[in-house]
Amino acid sequence: MDTCAQLVILTLAAGTPLVFAALGELVVEKAGVLNLGVEGMMLTGAVASFIVTADTHSPWLGVGAGALAGAALSLVFAVIALTLLANQVATGLALSLFGVGLSAFVGRGYISVVIEGIKPLSIPGLSDAAIVGRLLFGHNPMVYLSLALFVAVQWFLHRTRTGLVLRAVGESPASAHAIGHRVIALRYAAVLFGGACAGLGGAYMAVAYTPSWAEGMTAGRGWIALALLVFATWKPWRVLAGAYLFGGVTLAQFQAQAAGVAIPSQLLAMLPYVATIVVLAIISRDATTIRLNAPASLGRPFHPE
Amino acid sequence: MSAAAIPPEVRMRPRLALRGITKAYPGVVANDRIDLDVLPGEIHAVLGENGAGKSTLMKIIYGVVKPDAGTMQWEGQAVRIASPAQARRLGLGMVFQHFSLFETLTVAENIALALDAAEAGSGLPAKIRDVSRRYGLTLDPARLVHAMSVGERQRVEIVRCLLQAPRVLIMDEPTSVLTPQAVLRLFDTLRRLADEGCSILYISHKLDEIRALCHRATVLRAGRVTGECDPRRETAAALARMMIGAELPHPRHRPPVAGAPALVVDGLDLRPDDPFGTTLRSVSLTLRAGEIVGIAGVSGNGQRELLAALSGERRVARRNAVVLCGTAAGRLGAAQRRSLGLAFVPEERLGRGAVPEMSLADNALLTARHRGLVSHGLIRADAARSRAAEIIASWNVKTAGPEAAARSLSGGNLQKFIVGREILQGPRVLIAAQPTWGVDVGASAQIRQALIDLRDAGVAVLVVSEELEELIETCDRLAVIAQGRLSPARPVAETNAEEIGLLMAGSAATPERTAAARRP
Ligand SMILES: Nc1ncnc2c1ncn2[C@@H]1O[C@H](COP(=O)(O)OP(=O)(O)OP(=O)(O)O)[C@@H](O)[C@H]1O
Ligand SMILES: [Mg+2]
Repeated sequence: MDTCAQLVILTLAAGTPLVFAALGELVVEKAGVLNLGVEGMMLTGAVASFIVTADTHSPWLGVGAGALAGAALSLVFAVIALTLLANQVATGLALSLFGVGLSAFVGRGYISVVIEGIKPLSIPGLSDAAIVGRLLFGHNPMVYLSLALFVAVQWFLHRTRTGLVLRAVGESPASAHAIGHRVIALRYAAVLFGGACAGLGGAYMAVAYTPSWAEGMTAGRGWIALALLVFATWKPWRVLAGAYLFGGVTLAQFQAQAAGVAIPSQLLAMLPYVATIVVLAIISRDATTIRLNAPASLGRPFHPE
Repeated sequence: MSAAAIPPEVRMRPRLALRGITKAYPGVVANDRIDLDVLPGEIHAVLGENGAGKSTLMKIIYGVVKPDAGTMQWEGQAVRIASPAQARRLGLGMVFQHFSLFETLTVAENIALALDAAEAGSGLPAKIRDVSRRYGLTLDPARLVHAMSVGERQRVEIVRCLLQAPRVLIMDEPTSVLTPQAVLRLFDTLRRLADEGCSILYISHKLDEIRALCHRATVLRAGRVTGECDPRRETAAALARMMIGAELPHPRHRPPVAGAPALVVDGLDLRPDDPFGTTLRSVSLTLRAGEIVGIAGVSGNGQRELLAALSGERRVARRNAVVLCGTAAGRLGAAQRRSLGLAFVPEERLGRGAVPEMSLADNALLTARHRGLVSHGLIRADAARSRAAEIIASWNVKTAGPEAAARSLSGGNLQKFIVGREILQGPRVLIAAQPTWGVDVGASAQIRQALIDLRDAGVAVLVVSEELEELIETCDRLAVIAQGRLSPARPVAETNAEEIGLLMAGSAATPERTAAARRP
């Protein structure tokens, strides 16, 4: 029974970086902007949070720094792609490469540093009591933060006026402009939000999940977050499910490696990525769903005339 | 407040005054030093051929396009309208010629987007129903726009504008796809708005409408103001003369010589892809070589589905349900049907009829692959360009040239280009949906004449349109589509506008009922 609760907790923990990064990018793409720099922003967020935590001994300050660093990097993207109207794909790719290099460079001196990270909750009498108690109260605080983010994004997109405008901008920026909405300003806000979320995802890995710093420690999760969106047809629920599926298979794969299964570890390490994409691709074959949820103007520059 | 209650000096001061507005695009001067006064409470028509610069001028007023030169005054004060948001704050509302709706959103969401946050609260669906009922523009606020026909979308645009309670209302061809009854009701609405003091700028190619509705008309030709008149005192022919600078040609009709069946639809049943679409129920139709058959009907009664099934965009299960030039074509795709000799002018010109971002030459290539524009899989760019140039020249399309992007053309000019492209394929069967939508009187006459000439050359022509007058003028036989059922086609000589109008109107009242019945 106990291992069962433990498995759920570990699955959620492994999927949470994707939840942060993919939900942020969801908002960006819903506004019609394709920022491929998620991996770079995650790593930048990770290194910033780690350094601040190591220097101030406050992991929550570190998390804040991670979000800020992600947002700062995304601002570079926004200026180049939204104001200077450069190609979004090229700009995003460059941003990823830049983020990877920058984080490795800045983090040189911190590779074997040990920090006191954010620990899973432990509320006496609740978190350790029955299985329900552990399932409800035994997660890392940042896992709760990611769930709050999920609720907030879902609510924002479908319940608020600004969310409605954002979806409209993503479908047709020209029409949105024609009826008087500020397309570029909204896209800036979305990109910054996405950057902050990617930064949070990285920070979670560096100060809560592992806690440690290693070059390229996000291991392609930024890219998976991007793929996740497409296969989840830009629906927050499916993004969440996909992220936890990824987490679950990651976990299973670790267990298999530990148990010494006779499959090359490289193949096992591939498994979470393949499984997530295959499952989501099968779920989302429906053309109408794609048509109704995919932001039609994705990646296309818009210039108000 | 009625018109009489407004003091004369207020009535006389223009609410909106334009001076020397100029806007040039590469290759054309769309607006050339235009002066225009709009008085409070007047319905002011802006007349002109396709490409005369009407839409451009309206977009400048609404802040969508920035003029190169010129000034604007609002209630006597100089203003620079830099964005649509500012225009809306001043009290300007606009119904766009090319719709500015969001397909993946519902009607209510689309309307909420154009209102202030305060007005767009939870009471909005009720308000929409209220306004649409009051003005006779039936709408279901919960429907998704992507499943709607052009006519229905236009209703959304109009209702959206009316809800903003504008002080100057710009309507760029609002009635081009409304039913005659809906047009009359809209006119009542507009007259009432004008009596309440709202000024209306009205663009239409339907001269009879302008004569019935407008107090004043400004005529544009090639970007310049060439005249002003009181349309109530002019004949339609005189207005047309002012616009095109020449007499309107009359269509020549020869008695039809119908030949072998070219397109046979037999008991076609089709469920729509879309949950809101119309189900086609045993639609049967025989179209012979050398005749023009018209399908009349209020949009949203299955035209969209029928056209998709005929063009090959939708395949049908039974091969024999659609027989094209003797070949069972039910399961063939659009390209295969085209190679059998089908040409198709779709209802939406941007998106379905042409790729907006691509040049005219590339657009000409798209449906004419088998006509020497492609060899061994490679594009013959010069052939495509000369093909586009040929269409431009023979149809008098106003554009910078074959390299211009399709989206840069004015609405009517793009329509002429698409019709010209399809006719130049040398088809055996031509299907045209709303062929003269948004096309000026001169060009409409040209398009109708071209359809008649095609018929005389032995081509089978099917025209699907909401414009009864047009159908009666061009067609040999007429059928009415209502709720997915098609009436038998009858010779035009044996029927009349009232009878057909009643059949159409009978169906016009029903969509609401069926929608209500469908709701669980
Ligand atoms: N964005 C653009 N780029 C280039 N040329 C343009 C653009 N918009 C309009 N034009 C050109 O300006 C001219 C005027 O176009 P406009 O749309 O104002 O005509 P219109 O009077 O509204 O015609 P219609 O009755 O066909 O709608 C046309 O020749 C058109 O090709
Ligand atoms: Mg126009």
